[in-house]
Amino acid sequence: MNDIIRSIEEEQYRSDIPRFGPGDTVKVHVKVVEGTRERIQIFEGTVIKIRGAGLSQTFTVRRISYGVAVERTFPMHTPKIAKIEVTRRGKVRRARLFYLRDRVGKKARVKEKGRY
Amino acid sequence: MAQLQKAILGTKVGMTQIFDELGKAIPVTVVEAGPCTVLQKKNTASDGYNAIQVGFYNLKENRANQPIKGHFKKANVKPLRFIREFRMENVDEYEIGQDITVDVFAPGDMIDVVGTSKGKGTAGGVKRHNFSRGSMGHGSKYHRGPGSLAAKGPAKVFKGRKLPGRMGGERVTVQGLQVVKVYPERNLILIKGAIPGPKKGLVLIKNSVKA
Repeated sequence: MNDIIRSIEEEQYRSDIPRFGPGDTVKVHVKVVEGTRERIQIFEGTVIKIRGAGLSQTFTVRRISYGVAVERTFPMHTPKIAKIEVTRRGKVRRARLFYLRDRVGKKARVKEKGRY
Repeated sequence: MAQLQKAILGTKVGMTQIFDELGKAIPVTVVEAGPCTVLQKKNTASDGYNAIQVGFYNLKENRANQPIKGHFKKANVKPLRFIREFRMENVDEYEIGQDITVDVFAPGDMIDVVGTSKGKGTAGGVKRHNFSRGSMGHGSKYHRGPGSLAAKGPAKVFKGRKLPGRMGGERVTVQGLQVVKVYPERNLILIKGAIPGPKKGLVLIKNSVKA
C-alpha cells in the first residue's frame, strides 16, 4: 500500500478494540444520537462474520431480540462505537457462522471455549 | 469561457475511506496537489487573453532540454515536468515565481476534477456505449454484437454511429465533487468519491462551475 494512504488510515485506527473472533459473544456500546442528546445503546450478540482488513474491516453481530433475529454490521474502527466488551469466547470451527441463521432455539447456540 | 477562481494541479495517490464526525465512512480519493509555481502571466495586451502559466512536479535536471531550461530561467525556478495554463479571474494577484498550494481549497468546497481516464484499449459496444447484450444461451446466436447499424432506406451508415473502438485515455471532467479534508503541510487533498485516471495520473482540481 502507498505510504501516504497508510499514514492517512493510521490516523483513524482505534487501539482500544479488543481481540475477538467469530463465535464470540460481544457487547457493542453504540453511540445513538436522539435529537441533540447522545446516549449509549448496547447491542449484544454473537459475532458471525469478520470481513476485510485495515480500516474498512467490519464485523457482524447476530442476536435474537423478542423472537426476531437481528444482524448488525459495524465498521471495526468507527468512532460511533464507544466500547466493545467480549463476554464469552465461542468454540467454532469455521470463520463464517451463517449456519446459525437456519437454526432455532437450543441448536442455535455456540459452545463456550474451554481452557486448554 | 468561465474563468477560474481557484485551480491546482496534482497527482492521484489512490482511494481510501475516512470517518466523519457522525461516524459515517466516506470514500475519498487522495490527491497530492501542488505546489504549482507561476511561470508566466499572460494578458490581453500582449497575448489576447488573461491567464497564468504554472509548472508542477519535480523533474530531473538532465531531463530538461535547452528551450525548457530557458523558459524556467525567466521565472527563476527549477524546471518542472508539467506546464499548464489557468485562465484565472484575478490574474493580477499572482506574481511570477509564486507557489500555489493546496490550502486555496478548504473542506466543504465544491470542485470539478479533470483527468485522463484509464485506457481500455479496443472495446466492444457493450462496454464502450452501454449497448444491451443478447441472450448468451437458448440458441440465441447473438451475444455481444453491435446489432443493426442503420435502417434500410438511407442505404448508408450515418456518421457518429456508435461502434466498437478505442475506449478510455481521454480527457474527463467530473463535476460537483466535494473537498473532505486538506493537509496543507503535506500537500494533500481528500476528495469525496472517485476521480478519473490511474494512480500517479495528472489531475486538475478547480472550483466547480455549478457551485
